[in-house]
Amino acid sequence: MNCRSEVLEVSVEGRQVEEAMLAVLHTVLLHRSTGKFHYKKEGTYSIGTVGTQDVDCDFIDFTYVRVSSDELDRALRKVVGEFKDALRNSSGDGLGQMSLEFYQKKKSRWPFSDECILWEVWTVKVHVVALATEQERQICREKVGEKLCEKIINIVEVMNRHEYLPKMPTQSEVDNVFDTGLRDVQPYLYKISFQITDTLGTSVTTTMRRLIKDTLAL
Amino acid sequence: METDLNSQDRKDLDKFIKFFALKTVQVIVQSRLGEKICTRSSSSPTGSDWFNLAIKDIPEVTHEAKKALAGQLPAVGRSMCVEISLKTSEGDSMELEIWCLEMNEKCDKEIKVSYTVYNRLSLLLKSLLAITRVTPAYRLSRKQGHEYVILYRIYFGEVQLNGLGEGFQTVRVGTVGTPVGTVTLSCAYRINLAFMSTRQFERTPPIMGIIIDHFVDRPYSSASPMHPCNYRTAGEDGSGTHPSVEDSQEVCTTSFSTSPPTQCVFTVTKAHFQTPTPVVTDTLRVPMAGLAFPHQPAALGVGSADLAYPVVFAAGLNATHPHQPTVPGKEGGGLPFAPSNQPAHGAQADQERLATCMPSDGAHCVATPSSSEDTETVSNSSEGRPSPHDVMETIFVRKVGAFVNKPINQVTLTNLDIPFAMFAPKHLELEDADPMVHPPTSPETGSPLQGSLHSEGSSGGSSGNTHDDFVMIDFKPAFSKDDILPMDLGTFYREFQNPPQLSSLSIDIGAQSMAEDLDSLPEKLAVHERNVREFDAFVETLQ
Repeated sequence: MNCRSEVLEVSVEGRQVEEAMLAVLHTVLLHRSTGKFHYKKEGTYSIGTVGTQDVDCDFIDFTYVRVSSDELDRALRKVVGEFKDALRNSSGDGLGQMSLEFYQKKKSRWPFSDECILWEVWTVKVHVVALATEQERQICREKVGEKLCEKIINIVEVMNRHEYLPKMPTQSEVDNVFDTGLRDVQPYLYKISFQITDTLGTSVTTTMRRLIKDTLAL
Repeated sequence: METDLNSQDRKDLDKFIKFFALKTVQVIVQSRLGEKICTRSSSSPTGSDWFNLAIKDIPEVTHEAKKALAGQLPAVGRSMCVEISLKTSEGDSMELEIWCLEMNEKCDKEIKVSYTVYNRLSLLLKSLLAITRVTPAYRLSRKQGHEYVILYRIYFGEVQLNGLGEGFQTVRVGTVGTPVGTVTLSCAYRINLAFMSTRQFERTPPIMGIIIDHFVDRPYSSASPMHPCNYRTAGEDGSGTHPSVEDSQEVCTTSFSTSPPTQCVFTVTKAHFQTPTPVVTDTLRVPMAGLAFPHQPAALGVGSADLAYPVVFAAGLNATHPHQPTVPGKEGGGLPFAPSNQPAHGAQADQERLATCMPSDGAHCVATPSSSEDTETVSNSSEGRPSPHDVMETIFVRKVGAFVNKPINQVTLTNLDIPFAMFAPKHLELEDADPMVHPPTSPETGSPLQGSLHSEGSSGGSSGNTHDDFVMIDFKPAFSKDDILPMDLGTFYREFQNPPQLSSLSIDIGAQSMAEDLDSLPEKLAVHERNVREFDAFVETLQ
């Protein structure tokens, strides 16, 4: 099975990085999260309810929708914060990218460790611009808002192609497909990583892999 | 086609599409209320949330949607449309968006109804949640209040995009294939937000008592009046007193199977929030009696066909409904029938609300639900242009510079006129008494104001006339009282604000110099020709 890969690019001001990334990541995860599964006898299961909430951005004229899960929001904010700091501290010209990868675990026999099979990867490339005047910043607020609207439409378009999704797992397999560690929602297994591109254009400096849940080590 | 789909699947599918349509309308209207929406996730299934999404049901909206659907489902040529428009306080209105739920003929026979279709419809609703925040009307709706309100209208039938102006854009939210057709959800939205209603936008006061409604010539105008998006009923958040949630009575306790889809056990039950002892279990298979709605305005989704349900009925049934079935509940007597005026919500109440939510009361309408919502949303809707009352007040305040000791009442005499009307000498007494205008130590006292008024008019040049019109009468610059210099900033400014024009810019002198230049040209050329060799050498050094 081929992994589906989507790339989005945004140009933002430094203070807009966090909100822009959160908007994109939350929108993707909104579509890739379900309610918590409750397995019953006879191999049936029922699904919990996913709530949603609107989030207004402070530095962008934009509002996005995320699932109502504080745990998930905290996890995303943490990694986006690290990305923002890395961007700020880098000597490059403000180029970086974040990757949100959805994967399935495939159990391998001992002594081999479990395999991670990616089935969807979202990459968001960020270009940080520096603006001098307040008027430019105001225009940037609106422009970035419009750009994000386009990105959301792109994301929704991909989501509604109804391409490959992992099969609904049995109870024993659910942790191979979903992240069951959150209290209120259940996203597909995912990991978020980011890279900062330094001035030479090579992506060497920092490649960090973060697992939101310590489920496996690659 | 029918034989391919067994009757149970067909019934389930119809039910899914019906509730999908209702939830779609809820999402769209709620997104245009002007507030942030927040619902909670719940890890244990309550059995009342369709498509596993927490989407509240505003009763009036559901009522309107059902009225529009009139028991039908979206089909080919029959789309469910939600029209969002804007109406200003002056009565102008403009269509902003049309959301369409359509069905086309392309069928997907292989798809599993109770599993795949259901999950895909859920995904489509999530996409709708995201897309409704992205179209231009969202930001407009967040700012509604004093100047304009956002209205919605639901109709069923052919999609009408005429009112969106030229160059409207469409965005497709998504599609879901089913065995009976493909469900498509899309939005057409206006991009030209300049006011272009059917009459020209002009600043004439509206005729008293008549609001010109450009829906008059619409075929559906009588059937589906516009409703404001920014009102709510009390107790809509599910408090017990208001039996308004009866529409979600038709709950969907979905059990999915992890085995091959053919073994999927899908059960649908009816239950009521307020029922103290729920009779239903999730293994009870309840015969679906079809979706025919009785054409009674007060019926709220529970038709006579549902008599077969051996479960407790919703307490929201109107006890005064003539066709009220005697509920054959298994519980026998003691059914919790709340005395319900709820169906009076129907058209009449809507119209009343429409009346009370006219933009002059915009603040009232917006403020009503604010107790539980963020206060910032209320202030958002109140910001922007000051209300007409505020604007009127500012006209009467004459601007006086900072640090002026003059009491305000003295300066309000010449309030209503434009500032330059104070030209007249009779007002000069005020100026003479003003310490800012006449600093005691200034050698130029007398009336510098008067001086500047008349000075340049008499001195030569062409500059004076135009400048006289713009002389500052009461220039009171801040921080201009300077003890060091004998002259203060205001005086200095007035003295030197009309400098004489540069001589080279005056026409006569300009003409003279041009003639001189032309005469001197031949001599200059001769000089240059003599020095040609030097010039060439210089050029060569540059290369």
